[in-house]
Amino acid sequence: MSCCAPGAEMALDLNGATSSLPSSQEIRLASRSLGNDLRQTDLSVPTVHCAACIQAIETALGKLDRVEGVRVNLSTKRVSIHWRGDEVPPFAAALGRLGYPAHLFDPQVGEKDKTLSELIRAVAVAGFAAGNIMLLSVSVWSGAEGATRDLFHWVSALIAIPALAFAGGIYFRSAWNALRHGRMNMDVPIAVGVSLAYAMSLYETINHGDHAYFDASVSLLFFLLIGRTLDHVMRERARTAVNGLSRLAPRGATVLREDGSRDYLPVEEIEPGLRLLITTGERIPVDGKIIRGSSDLDCSLVSGESTPRTVASGETVQAGTLNLTGPLTIEATAAAKDSFLAEMVRLMEAAEGGRAHYRRIADRVSALYAPVVHLTALVTLLGWMVATGDWHRSVTIAIAVLIITCPCALGLAVPIVQVVAARRLFESGVMVKDGSAMERLAAIDTAVFDKTGTLTLGQPRLVNASSIDPAMLAIAADMAAHSRHPFSRAIAGCAGFAGEPKLESVSEHPGFGIEATAAGSTWRLGRRGWAGWKARSGGESRYGGTVLTKGGIIVASFVFEDALRADARAAVGQLNNARVSVEMLSGDTAAACGEVAATLGIHHFVPALLPSGKVEYIETLAKDGHKVLMVGDGLNDTPALGAAHVSIAPATAADVGRNAADFVFLRESLSAVPLALDVSRRAGQLIRQNIAIAIVYNAVAVPIAILGHVTPLIAAIAMSASSLLVIGNALRLQGFAASQPETGRSHGKRPSIGALARSS
Amino acid sequence: MTTLVYLIPVALFLGALGLSGFLWALRSGQYEDLDGAAERILIDRDDS
Repeated sequence: MSCCAPGAEMALDLNGATSSLPSSQEIRLASRSLGNDLRQTDLSVPTVHCAACIQAIETALGKLDRVEGVRVNLSTKRVSIHWRGDEVPPFAAALGRLGYPAHLFDPQVGEKDKTLSELIRAVAVAGFAAGNIMLLSVSVWSGAEGATRDLFHWVSALIAIPALAFAGGIYFRSAWNALRHGRMNMDVPIAVGVSLAYAMSLYETINHGDHAYFDASVSLLFFLLIGRTLDHVMRERARTAVNGLSRLAPRGATVLREDGSRDYLPVEEIEPGLRLLITTGERIPVDGKIIRGSSDLDCSLVSGESTPRTVASGETVQAGTLNLTGPLTIEATAAAKDSFLAEMVRLMEAAEGGRAHYRRIADRVSALYAPVVHLTALVTLLGWMVATGDWHRSVTIAIAVLIITCPCALGLAVPIVQVVAARRLFESGVMVKDGSAMERLAAIDTAVFDKTGTLTLGQPRLVNASSIDPAMLAIAADMAAHSRHPFSRAIAGCAGFAGEPKLESVSEHPGFGIEATAAGSTWRLGRRGWAGWKARSGGESRYGGTVLTKGGIIVASFVFEDALRADARAAVGQLNNARVSVEMLSGDTAAACGEVAATLGIHHFVPALLPSGKVEYIETLAKDGHKVLMVGDGLNDTPALGAAHVSIAPATAADVGRNAADFVFLRESLSAVPLALDVSRRAGQLIRQNIAIAIVYNAVAVPIAILGHVTPLIAAIAMSASSLLVIGNALRLQGFAASQPETGRSHGKRPSIGALARSS
Repeated sequence: MTTLVYLIPVALFLGALGLSGFLWALRSGQYEDLDGAAERILIDRDDS
């Protein structure tokens, strides 16, 4: 697939977050009925990126039985399939065979971006009106007089009415909303300026006056709508990309009935007392107690512990943990709405951080700007009344002041910069979900990181591969390929030697390891005490306890560490250089945290924290006047993500965490965090520059308007010029982006080395 | 003046035509997969 170079990298990045294929019951549960026995399923396929991919997928799926239609959407990297019948056609498997891992995502039906289509329609209408009115205005400026000029004015007025009603409606509604709640936003002066300009022009037209500002009011709307639409498109793209990530929380579970029958029920319908079957590789859907079976559970997403926990019957399990090695039967002890996950969501909602009180720069500026402008207009009106006594002239000039100060440049100053910045971050795999997130990020002085899954990958890595006999390593890798245990995966990843004896009867013993027979002898890979049953006791070396044994004699031992995320050290250094103090909070043990902190050069960390402890810690920091950035991935971090001033989550984070965070980065490298901070700070600078430009423009233009020298021609030129200046200044951010080397890529994608969290 | 009486409506009509064409394209979903539309032109349809 050599054609697929562009975009392939992003696809690979996303790949890391995908889990196993969705089961057919899960697909059926997630599909929606279109009536007539027809059902639609949407799958996220992150690896499509060219015409060949589209064709391969559409033909392969189209050939399946009962599939009515297939359509790939390359922009959103999704495929939607229409199918009939009760049985789900095997599309996930078919896609898997083609080499396109697919997964389900939260569909969000009905929310199909109504705002975007409304905005685009408003831009189209405003553009049409602005173009035509401008043409008529040019004729007036070039000397149309008398009846001709009146005709042109009337035609302009007629075109402007639907444009204002339709395109301006967005601003009028927003302004009304703000005023009703006693607030002030940028849309208030816009709405006032536009409607007064229209009213005055209409009055002038009726009285055969020579100055009408229809062009100004409509082209103002047009410019502002373009900015608003771009802003929306950018955020929607980020949201779609985040939404397309695979869902980690299970959608349902297999329920074992009293009579032995099995049902697949959605999570919401699982009640306490029901017995659930959890196969390996599935996440536990609700809190429960193990009735039968033993296994290892990956709790990294839930508690932040990096070492899998061995569980046996009688123990309790938390929702959200991943079952690794053996099938389990559990009895649900809580419904989904009372489970750990739901509790985290409640904690998060309770811990609303700085963002609830945060007022965006644009709103803060307009709260000062609008009263000043409106007062200036009033004073102008009174001044001219006193000076000349001519009320018509006074009103005309006062309204001209309002038009010229109508914050076209000011309204564009913020969104345009944020669009350019968000685009720059998008290209580096960082999704910005909220417009105000960059403003908040630029203000931070403390960055708090979670350990497992954020600073580290949450996956162990084999460190002593080079000192192990390659033949032994190959056998171990062969055995390990049969298991989902993170240590096994790490060993299997080191394979690279063929010709070892063929393995027979591989079996996995949950909590202990893997057993296989090959060439007449028994091999075991697992805990030292279990695998090396003939070894002398007391032989626990300092390397901990995963060994490979042949007939009970240890032939190799393996040492693991929790691999650091790529560039973690560099990222911490860059943040320190940017005068941000870096701290670490973790649910893991003090020893494990200490090693990571020492490797990364983090001076301050707090281990063994409960989710509420993280929130309290962040709230304490906030009370001391710090602006805190929280970076975390686990369910246990979610409340903290909500409590912080601004939050970042990796793509591998739990679903709730990804939805709660302001930024989500898709690539493995942690350099996304300093990059986001850097771009946000530069964006903040440019926003302030832009606002300064807009104010300077007003300082020049307002005296001219007050003195009564503004004609529609001058207004049009001044307004367009200031808008162009502001847009041009915003684009400088893109220039900066091109000249900067991409830190994430120059260091490569290899996990960086450091002895960490040694575990057995 | 008399020329304006029909030229202005003609100009506005043509503009409105373009606008309605755009809105129609938007409604019929032609803007939903811009990247895909660019790539699909490379796919040969085998109508045989």
